[in-house]
Amino acid sequence: MTQTTTQTVSAPAEHIEYVMRLGDNALILGQRLSEWCGHAPVIEEDLALANMALDLVGQARLLLTHAGKLEGKGRDEDQLAFLRVERDYRNITMMEVPNEDFGRTTVRNVLYSAFQILLWQRLATSSDTELAAIAAKSLKEARYHFNHSAEWVIRLGDGTEVSHAKTQAALDYLWPYTAELFAANPTDEAVSAAGIGPAWGELEADWEAMLLPVFAQATLVVPARTPFKTFGKFGRHSEHMGHLLATMQYMQRTYPGAQW
Amino acid sequence: MGSFDSAPLKGKGPSSDGIRHREISAAKGGKETKNMERKEWPLWEVFIRSRNGLDHKHCGSVHAPDAKMALQMARDVYTRRLEGVSIWVVKASDIVASDPDAKPELFDPAEDKIYRHPTFYQLPDEVNHM
Repeated sequence: MTQTTTQTVSAPAEHIEYVMRLGDNALILGQRLSEWCGHAPVIEEDLALANMALDLVGQARLLLTHAGKLEGKGRDEDQLAFLRVERDYRNITMMEVPNEDFGRTTVRNVLYSAFQILLWQRLATSSDTELAAIAAKSLKEARYHFNHSAEWVIRLGDGTEVSHAKTQAALDYLWPYTAELFAANPTDEAVSAAGIGPAWGELEADWEAMLLPVFAQATLVVPARTPFKTFGKFGRHSEHMGHLLATMQYMQRTYPGAQW
Repeated sequence: MGSFDSAPLKGKGPSSDGIRHREISAAKGGKETKNMERKEWPLWEVFIRSRNGLDHKHCGSVHAPDAKMALQMARDVYTRRLEGVSIWVVKASDIVASDPDAKPELFDPAEDKIYRHPTFYQLPDEVNHM
């Protein structure tokens, strides 16, 4: 929480952007999952969701702190998490859409944790050693998130008529948002060329290979790709983002600089 | 969640062998039928082996739809603060418990047999770990 006293020269913009994206994905999904606290179907799952939210917020703290240092403008994790305007957040749009129900929450978790596993594996050998260390820690957490949500998706999809219908509806709703993960963009190309991390598009085939067996076992049908595109990672967010930020930023906006 | 000790015994009473079977979800009777209608998940007793512990110790229970999920629930409920390195879960209904009413005949007879404690025996010095 302390500001860096020694200002370093800014890293390349793409490098900062790449780390910021990861930090914001973790932050916004962590915020969404924390909304379940006290509302999950059973107390056991309440704790499971809160644990996952805490894992993600922990990742966000490390990543945003790192992004702040790369940026070299003296912004710490709290300033980045709580005092930016909507257009400056770099999370993909899927992270910010409402939880809706346990089915959508669970399907989103499986979609993103599978991606995280692949990404953290690759980032463990990043030329950015700080990022590599964060990746090694986060990989273990992502593996549990994937196992837990995959088990749920299988049970819900292959469960009752109602649970199947809700889970299929969740997959139908979220699937188009996953296209944003893999869309080519200049940031990914520059970062990949610099050996910092993979272009996310490189991970798509492995990501599908991880998920398709889960959905097959869950008797869920994976929708066809459509031209639908979202651009959260370029700062162009959905109508849900402003509401999420209003809740999340409230405390720092009301009591600037407040600390635990 | 519920604790092993305080969970009500739902059997109909002591059977002729002096033991009661803890029936959580499969038992018949008013309350249990209601539970089944609500499709409550079975109860699982959780045992955790701590970092330095040699044995798994009972620490509580979770509700879960099946064994695999019970392990995950136990992980999320009982190992959040580095409590353990290994988890066992056992379906509560598979545990056979002694009848609390049978305590006098089961345990009281041991009260006046202190000679069963090893303190009465001289141990050779070579035996270190008794």
